[in-house]
Amino acid sequence: MTPLTDRRNFLRTASMFGGALAIPAMPAMPAWARSGTHGLGSAIDVLTGNDIKLSIGHAPLRVGGRTSHAIAVNGTVPGPLIRLKEGQDVRISVTNTLAEDSSIHWHGLLLPFQYDGVPGVSFPGIKPGETFVYEFPIRQSGTYWYHSHSGLQEAMGHFGSMVIDPAGIDRVGFDREHVLVLSDWSAMHPHAILKKLKQNGGNFNFQKQTLGGLLTGKDQSAAERRMWGKMRMDPTDISDVTGAIYTYLVNGHGPDENWTGLFAPGERVRLRIVNAAAMTNFNVRLPGLAMTIVAADGNLVRPVETDEFQIGVAETYDVIVRPAEDRAYGFIAESIDRSGMVRATLAPRLGMVAPVPERRPRPLLTMKDMGMEMAGHDMAGMSHDMGSMKMPDPSVAPQVRMGPGVATLAAMPMDRTAERPTGLEDVPHRVLTYSQLRSLDPNPDPRNPSREIDIHLTANMERYMWSFDGVKFSEGAEPLAFRHNERVRVNLINDTMMPHPIHLHGHFFEVVMGEKGHRPVKHTVNVLPGGKVAFDLTADALGDWAFHCHMMLHMHAGMFRVVTVRADEDAA
Amino acid sequence: MKRLAIAIAAIGFAAPINAQQPAAADPHAGHDMGAKPAPETPVADPHAGHDMGAKPAAGPAGEEVGTAPAPAPPIDHAADAVWGAAALTASRASLRREHGGFQGSMILFNLAEYQARSGTDGYRWEGEGWFGGDIHRFVLKSEGEGDVRGSVENAEVQALYSRAIDPWWNLQAGVRYDIRPDPQRAFAVLGIEGLAPYWFKAGGALFLSTKGELLGRIEGFYDQRITQRLVLQPRAEIDVAAQDIPEIGVGAGLSSVEVGLRLRYEIEREFAPYIGIEWASDIGDTARYARAVGKEPSSFSLVAGIRFWF
Repeated sequence: MTPLTDRRNFLRTASMFGGALAIPAMPAMPAWARSGTHGLGSAIDVLTGNDIKLSIGHAPLRVGGRTSHAIAVNGTVPGPLIRLKEGQDVRISVTNTLAEDSSIHWHGLLLPFQYDGVPGVSFPGIKPGETFVYEFPIRQSGTYWYHSHSGLQEAMGHFGSMVIDPAGIDRVGFDREHVLVLSDWSAMHPHAILKKLKQNGGNFNFQKQTLGGLLTGKDQSAAERRMWGKMRMDPTDISDVTGAIYTYLVNGHGPDENWTGLFAPGERVRLRIVNAAAMTNFNVRLPGLAMTIVAADGNLVRPVETDEFQIGVAETYDVIVRPAEDRAYGFIAESIDRSGMVRATLAPRLGMVAPVPERRPRPLLTMKDMGMEMAGHDMAGMSHDMGSMKMPDPSVAPQVRMGPGVATLAAMPMDRTAERPTGLEDVPHRVLTYSQLRSLDPNPDPRNPSREIDIHLTANMERYMWSFDGVKFSEGAEPLAFRHNERVRVNLINDTMMPHPIHLHGHFFEVVMGEKGHRPVKHTVNVLPGGKVAFDLTADALGDWAFHCHMMLHMHAGMFRVVTVRADEDAA
Repeated sequence: MKRLAIAIAAIGFAAPINAQQPAAADPHAGHDMGAKPAPETPVADPHAGHDMGAKPAAGPAGEEVGTAPAPAPPIDHAADAVWGAAALTASRASLRREHGGFQGSMILFNLAEYQARSGTDGYRWEGEGWFGGDIHRFVLKSEGEGDVRGSVENAEVQALYSRAIDPWWNLQAGVRYDIRPDPQRAFAVLGIEGLAPYWFKAGGALFLSTKGELLGRIEGFYDQRITQRLVLQPRAEIDVAAQDIPEIGVGAGLSSVEVGLRLRYEIEREFAPYIGIEWASDIGDTARYARAVGKEPSSFSLVAGIRFWF
């Protein structure tokens, strides 16, 4: 364990040796996000203290040699890193210079609901030209982030990271730390992206199965293709929006710009990884370097060593790496459909690069992703039965309102938390599964849930309709009601063939895996296709909160609810 | 004693205990160490070394979930008490609109082509547009053809209300107006359109004219992807009529059949030039009417056109 002050001294020394502090790869990049950064300790424009000022405005963003229009916080994408300390009070003044309403939601923070930042749920939003002051105590520590909750502004660059240092010593010992904010950038306006998906469901998928593929023996057999075709299901439909229009970024840097974080060989380097992408789950690895996961969604977990993990949209992971050699290591984040990747570099000096691994072939979905595979059965033996199965069968989910928005129901949804996520089933190294995550601290509420609710994640990918229980929020969906301090088990059942990172505002919950007591404590849980995930929630934060899929376009299409937490006597 | 140690190892104390056991004694040794921290693990966890890689995913027995009733959803809004109800009205309305209230449009010309054939070459179009949300849409359709030297032979426009009735199908009702042939005609339309199993785009409609004549049409196509951008589209259309309508040259029964095969290249998804072949033929009395006015009842064309949408 390295005390904080020692670390800072060390970094100060390191940056003197390093000469030039940072080489800006782009104009107006915050120092911590600049390529060649020595780490957070040496960054000069990290925002700290009790009084923080942010400004939301238009900004040009240069990616891959092209400049396009972004919505930025303090003029940069990502926005400034906000670094706070557990136990402090903070006052954040946010000025909206846009011609439209805006907002900032503090993702994963426990705070009074009126400062959670969701227009229409927690507050009225920030009108053009207005300054809104958020004021709340900091009750936690870890790696978090913030983003707009207005329209699709987040997809246009309106996000940034937050680091909260613990009140006492940091139980994660490290010599140096870097924040890596992953994102997906397209010059196409997110509303245009959504419109194209509504017009043509698989519009951005250029990795479909083809006749050419069939003739050369690729992908599914003809019989399997017929079976999937009969159900009008596409096994290549892994990401809605793909590398065909996205450039994937680390700290605002594309693969060519090669964001570089420095280290000295032998150091313990803490990487705080935030997935701020609008629509992209990533597979993350550093070839040649084992990663020890030490925190998930800001909360410490018992250290787990692994070689690759999948990070759902809106999740954060803290990992420790120990680069021993005097060489560069690639940081590879590959979109889960393998349509693109971004690499960044950890290196002892600027200008070094590590070999970039080839993009691996895109995976194919299976019957299991449809929630239709019974344990122990193999595909070949089942194909006949499945092809003749009536789908969807409403009796498996009586609470779901059937209609044009529900194309599939998982007949046999499985707990997939102990499985490797989509596309990583067969990679020849260790892969993190959710079930490996165990909270370092005991879970705070030992009570058994007093009740449980099921929530179905439902969709029709061809019409590009997304909902909970077959009902879009826009259709006047009722709030999900909780009593104050009630302990409830929430079962998420994914009836679609896509993973959904489901996020609850204002609370942490424990993902139900393994024995109780040290279950991982999260704010966002990625539910695999055809899978189910249960979480136990202590509804301890009074007020109204947003609950939604964090795939921005799924949320925008209707996969959204208001959660209410009221004292019993208030319940109508 | 040894068995006890193994049992403990299996429930999560693998690392420290394994160190004292022969490797063979623990079936999990060296296998489920995904969770095993290195000794120099930087976390000051008194339990460091606990392993959880092999835990079952489901909650264990004995963890009972109660059956308390859910509270009734409140009818008020928490934010109103803080900011005042009036301040929230607009943002609450836009919250609702922006989470599922999509409104949009699409204009698609599946066919817009030149037809080269024996005799006079022709042209042909078939397009449609929709305007609205996920369920309710206003749909405009138009199709027609002509020869390059003469006037338009057939031109029709449909204005329909379209409603999604299940995940795949839309029910459509409205009016159709035939600008050509002369005399012009108006019809009421009732149809269905959607995506059939095996990814066939299919549609069928009945047309009842203001003079009481009944026509019908079914059509369908399939997009066979050869590569990611090269697509072969077989397409067929069949027209039927319930009665003879000599003035527009339609005979009762099966009146015409059309089969085409078009190969397009999607430069963009939205813009795809194509070439293809089409065979179209009038049948039965319709063919007889055609011959009576000196028209060839069937034709074979080489076609070239552009499929586009926006």
